[in-house]
Amino acid sequence: MWPIFDYGRFVSIISSSDVYGVVWMRSLAQLHKMANLRVLVGVKRVIDYAVKIRVKPDNSGVVTDGVKHSMNPFCEIAMEEAVRLKEKKLAKEIIAVSCGPAQAQETIRTALAMGADRGIHVEVTGKEYENMTPLHVSKIMAKLAQDQEANLVILGKQSIDGDNNQTGQMTAALLDWPQATFASEVTKENDHLKVVREIDGGLETVKVTLPAVITADLRLNEPRYATLPNIMKAKKKKIAKHKAADFGVDLTPTLEVVGVEDPPVRQAGQKVESTEELVAKLKDSGVV
Amino acid sequence: MAATVRTVLSRVLPQSGALAASLTAGASSRLPAATSTLLHRCRSTGAPDEVVTLEQFRPETSSVPSTMDIGTRRIFTEDHDIFRASVRRFWAEEVAPNHTQYEKDGQVSREVWLKAGEQGLLGVNTPEELGGIGADVLYSAVVWEEQMYSNCSGPGYAMHSDIVMPYIQKYGTPEQHERLLPAMVAGSKIGALAMTEPGAGSDLQGIRTNAKKDGDDWILNGSKVFITNGWMADVIIVVAITNPQAKSAAHGISLFLVEEGMPGFKKGRKLEKIGMKAQDTAELFFDDVRLPPSALLGQENRGFVYLMQELPQERLIIADMAIASSEFMFEETRNYVKERKAFGKTVSRLQTIQHKLAEIKTDIVVGRAFLDQCLELHNQGRLDSNTASMAKFWASDLQNRVATQCLQMHGGWGYMWEYPIAKAFVDSRVQPIYGGSNEIMKELIARNIVT
Repeated sequence: MWPIFDYGRFVSIISSSDVYGVVWMRSLAQLHKMANLRVLVGVKRVIDYAVKIRVKPDNSGVVTDGVKHSMNPFCEIAMEEAVRLKEKKLAKEIIAVSCGPAQAQETIRTALAMGADRGIHVEVTGKEYENMTPLHVSKIMAKLAQDQEANLVILGKQSIDGDNNQTGQMTAALLDWPQATFASEVTKENDHLKVVREIDGGLETVKVTLPAVITADLRLNEPRYATLPNIMKAKKKKIAKHKAADFGVDLTPTLEVVGVEDPPVRQAGQKVESTEELVAKLKDSGVV
Repeated sequence: MAATVRTVLSRVLPQSGALAASLTAGASSRLPAATSTLLHRCRSTGAPDEVVTLEQFRPETSSVPSTMDIGTRRIFTEDHDIFRASVRRFWAEEVAPNHTQYEKDGQVSREVWLKAGEQGLLGVNTPEELGGIGADVLYSAVVWEEQMYSNCSGPGYAMHSDIVMPYIQKYGTPEQHERLLPAMVAGSKIGALAMTEPGAGSDLQGIRTNAKKDGDDWILNGSKVFITNGWMADVIIVVAITNPQAKSAAHGISLFLVEEGMPGFKKGRKLEKIGMKAQDTAELFFDDVRLPPSALLGQENRGFVYLMQELPQERLIIADMAIASSEFMFEETRNYVKERKAFGKTVSRLQTIQHKLAEIKTDIVVGRAFLDQCLELHNQGRLDSNTASMAKFWASDLQNRVATQCLQMHGGWGYMWEYPIAKAFVDSRVQPIYGGSNEIMKELIARNIVT
């Protein structure tokens, strides 16, 4: 018997049964490594999804002062997935990260109440915060993933304010790690993760080796309530504070927002009596 | 400004055993460094330009879009907000969808009690050592208020966690604690408190239910009526006369823990009320029920003292729920009149409606300010019975005024059972009656004034 064992990217052929014992221990070690993921979860503080957005009078952005904020819904789903991995004993530690002003700590505390073990707050304020882009955030996340020796990064697929859908992908590229975005199902299989992705044409299943970056889509899970006992426990958990410079990241803006406007007001339509009239009107307006 | 800051900071007091010492601690020693980011300058006439940090600037309900908004009121912290968000979800997702069925059944389900236990909504204020959550009473207040915001009066969680459990916690033996409290926190044992009888309500000293000593045991006889959670209850604190010869009835009353299954203890029927249809209010009958010595709660003949000590919290709960219900009815009505059209425009454009809404909102916000003061005092262990009585009668009267006016603004639809305002209206009618009728509240308040 010439068994072939897959150690991540390496394939070894064991030729002697004397070495069988060593190989068995090694694959246990692999299993042990699988059962000890350190997960980094990004949580973003955004304007609450139920709030009616108003554009600032000078068209430079949207009104955020005094407006209700909460955790980005996709980040909640990412956080929930990390907690489920921990409950299945596949993850040993969950670190919640947020980049933003002081109020971002509230978002981290919510993540702690959901089950994260500790938090990291990268303080970014004022104009730097307004001009922060996914590229800046992914540089910070990548450096953090390396510093914290994380082997899984889970992010929401996009934030409901920027809608960029870039941070996960950029972070993976900077780390040179495989990525599985728009995840609607994540299962552990031997030494890799099987991820079902939601794509335009349907569902795609991919296999990613670890370490990896996953971004959460809507149907990945249903986030839990933060129960009061967990909120009380969260009070004792630590949130470490850093600045972007600590990670060697320069927050100089790479993009300039020229203007922000309301979508055009919906115009009244016209009612037509017959198909002929419809076609005539379409021809007149130059649409066809 | 400094005084305001200190008052605001007082809400950051430790849970139990909060003392005056914490109040006088310097401001800078208690704010964590990170929250000293400048976010808002307070510009009030005459006050020095002082930096107000985010942690301090929690708006009150008078100046935010909705009186039910999360993130308001200086007595609460961000942790309370996190809890409030999940409690709000619980009421909306686990209780509200089934409430119509509960109304038909005249009771809620066992499952919803167990679910509440799982989410950590029961025994919130009970110390951790006794199996509770060990959070401060403001967390309990979040649960009461969110119940009113969801307009689901069926589950009697407040009675169970914040009226019945405190009695067991404070006056019970370690054996009683172990036997009852963890199960009550989990929701597997439901608690009730039986004081009122068919012949005696306000006149508590006129009760006839009695317990006679028989060796080491007691034999209980009598009946109780209007008992919240009565039909589903597993453990009931029964107020009974143990010394008929006492110099006054008050000196001869004791409290007993009667449990479901004890021979002679019968639950009569679920009472048909005009409101709170999903709440399983029942009548209870005790026919020579043999109670072991372990059923006595606290000391013999000290029952009345215990009742007097616990009634302020009961009254505070009723008052807080009254204001919360008023806030709900106001927001419900405001949304309705902005949609409803009459005479070619929305009802909210009519000046009479606008002035009515202004009056109602002002009354509610003023009431909320007083209630928050009472909640804060209670959290520090400083709420006296007098103040609690004032809060109870004033808030429940306000709730009924608001209910009547808000229902009127709904027009014909307000009279329809399917509309939330109709249920809130009938539910509010009992508030001035139970927990000590408003007339009795005025008696108690007057005693302090004229003696």
